Amino acid sequence: MEKYTITALVANKSGVLTRVSGLFARRGFNIESLCVCATEDKHLSRMTIVLGGDEYILSQMTKQLDKLIDVKKIALAEEADSIYRELLLMKVSAPAEKRSEIIEIKEIYKAKIVDLSPETLILEITGEPSKLDAFVKVVEPYGILELARTGTIALARGEKCLNDLVDYNESI
Amino acid sequence: MKLTGAEILIRCLKEQGVDTIFGYPGGTVLDIYDALYRDGTLRHVLTAHEQGAAHAADGYARATGKTGVCLATSGPGATNLVTGIATAYMDSVPLVAITGNVTVANLGRDSFQEVDIAGITMPITKHNYIVKDVKELADTIREAFYIAGSGRKGPVLIDIPKNLQTELCEYEEKAPAAYVPKGVSADKLTEVAQAIAKSRRPLIIAGGGCIRADASANLLAFAKKIQAPVCSTLMGLGSYPASDEQFLGLVGMHGTDAAAKSFRRADTIIACGMRFSDRVAGDRVKFRAGKTIIQFDIDTAEIDKNVPTDLSVMADVNEILKTLVPLLEQADRKEWLKEVTAYRDYEAGNFDSTLPAYKILSALGKFTDADTPVATDVGQHQMWTAQYCKFEKPRTFLSSGGLGTMGYGMGAAIGACIGTGRKTVLVTGDGCFHMNLNEMSTAVKEGLPLVILLMNNSVLGMVRQWQTLFYGKRYSQTMLDKNTDFVKLAEAFGAKGMTIAGEKDVLPVLTAAFKEADNGPVLVDCKIGMDDKVLPMIAPGKSFDDIMTKV
Repeated sequence: MEKYTITALVANKSGVLTRVSGLFARRGFNIESLCVCATEDKHLSRMTIVLGGDEYILSQMTKQLDKLIDVKKIALAEEADSIYRELLLMKVSAPAEKRSEIIEIKEIYKAKIVDLSPETLILEITGEPSKLDAFVKVVEPYGILELARTGTIALARGEKCLNDLVDYNESI
Repeated sequence: MKLTGAEILIRCLKEQGVDTIFGYPGGTVLDIYDALYRDGTLRHVLTAHEQGAAHAADGYARATGKTGVCLATSGPGATNLVTGIATAYMDSVPLVAITGNVTVANLGRDSFQEVDIAGITMPITKHNYIVKDVKELADTIREAFYIAGSGRKGPVLIDIPKNLQTELCEYEEKAPAAYVPKGVSADKLTEVAQAIAKSRRPLIIAGGGCIRADASANLLAFAKKIQAPVCSTLMGLGSYPASDEQFLGLVGMHGTDAAAKSFRRADTIIACGMRFSDRVAGDRVKFRAGKTIIQFDIDTAEIDKNVPTDLSVMADVNEILKTLVPLLEQADRKEWLKEVTAYRDYEAGNFDSTLPAYKILSALGKFTDADTPVATDVGQHQMWTAQYCKFEKPRTFLSSGGLGTMGYGMGAAIGACIGTGRKTVLVTGDGCFHMNLNEMSTAVKEGLPLVILLMNNSVLGMVRQWQTLFYGKRYSQTMLDKNTDFVKLAEAFGAKGMTIAGEKDVLPVLTAAFKEADNGPVLVDCKIGMDDKVLPMIAPGKSFDDIMTKV
């Protein structure tokens, strides 16, 4: 199964998320992550959707998504010319005797400690999802108590902006 | 000029050229009904049930090409529209459904007759709205009509909370935004033109898109230019004249033997405004084997969805054909046309009963003209109508193809009759008629010239057919034997009731029924046999090679 990252500009209205997630559910698309946020334009929100599937599912999903009236622009964020980022917060069991080891790992991964208690600490890390996966794997043996990830967000490199693209249906 | 939300709604409907609304009043639409009353210029058809209103608006839209409008109150009124909206959605029918809701302050509190109808209808509308600010009401209604009637058409729902209906807001009349389908440049069609020129045995399949796009004239010109046979999906019936020598009839699960044979022999399939539904394509892999598939559709998502294509053009099918026809040389495919014509020698088979439905349906043409709307319900009678009635013009065959809604026909016939002002035929079955027969009261009240041919076999014929063929004749719950006296029932509603009990009755009773319909609805109880089959048949998921012409 391939992974695809799709970015979309959608109307900043209530119900839009339901429209999008409902579409995935009824068409049987497998969503790995979905990130919704405000943008520089108060009328628009930005969605970054990571989809698991094949070329057929990708094509159907983008076409069906594009048919939603509230979806304004849509593009596939291809790995080669996009920046992917994700933020992770992780509460780790860190008694005094283990703390220095964890700090060492944190240094290597350029993570941050954002909270410290006698028995735990919270780590923060930003990066490509694969880097976060690797970090989680390394920290796991110390005991992860809680974990939160934002899901991937993506921007195309260079001058190209999503809002300047022609409508998806016109481009294919 | 300051108007209330309810008055703005009425004004906006009139801006859009709406002349008729199908609906049912209730608590949260009282202000709208009051505005309708005070305005007095819109025709409101009061149905017996909101489902009937939705189907009537759908039938009105299919028969006239205009956008149909239905109106219901919140809660159960709104949920009763759901089947009708889903029916319109599956068949790309332009429809605007308007519902009232509780006041904005009461939303989300499980108030009396509150339901999240926008949430409920999200998957079965092209778009929907809940308007929470009266200042947005007028533009929302305008946008809703534009969305319903443009591109791939479909239903749009507007939910209007009660308080908005009485709030005052500045209103300024606006002309409706005209929808002009985008043209297609000739260079987009070069490859298609070449592929068609190269093809030795092309076959055109016309779908519902040809009707929605008003493509009949260009479709005919296209078929004549390339000398290809034409078959039609259920939704496409009427888009190509049935009497034309190149027409092979219905294609798919209950399509003609000629269509299936021609399909097997064809080297190129030109799909015009059709989506390769499972009822047409069957086995999707075998369907395309060894053939060049060319698809024209306005909906990008339909391209390559069910059957992968070799060439496709995404645009309004009428625009495509308009540009394509002049690019093509006049073809000469005499041999191919001769071959497919030979496939047409097929006799109606597997009618065991003394009164087969086709004898009635074939006779229907003597009493109707090319413009007569014929609505159906869903099941055997629907397929027989598709097979044996000859549809010459678009918008005359009204049937729930995608959703297959039993109970659709009664409302649809009412809507079509009112929309066209023509004598209208409903072909139904005893199963379907039992579902929405309450709308007889509507037809009688409106004095509609409606001929209802009730194919009464005392069973759910299509399900029984499947039980016969695939379930070892275990007739689980398909014997209706309810002994409803349909003639008396018609009379109780104030309509005329008649009976066709045998073949000899067909002509005299139809003559009387069509004459009597000038005065109002006539129901004809047609006592057909319970074991007549709809044939040919291609079992679900099977290919055109597996067509059954006899069982």
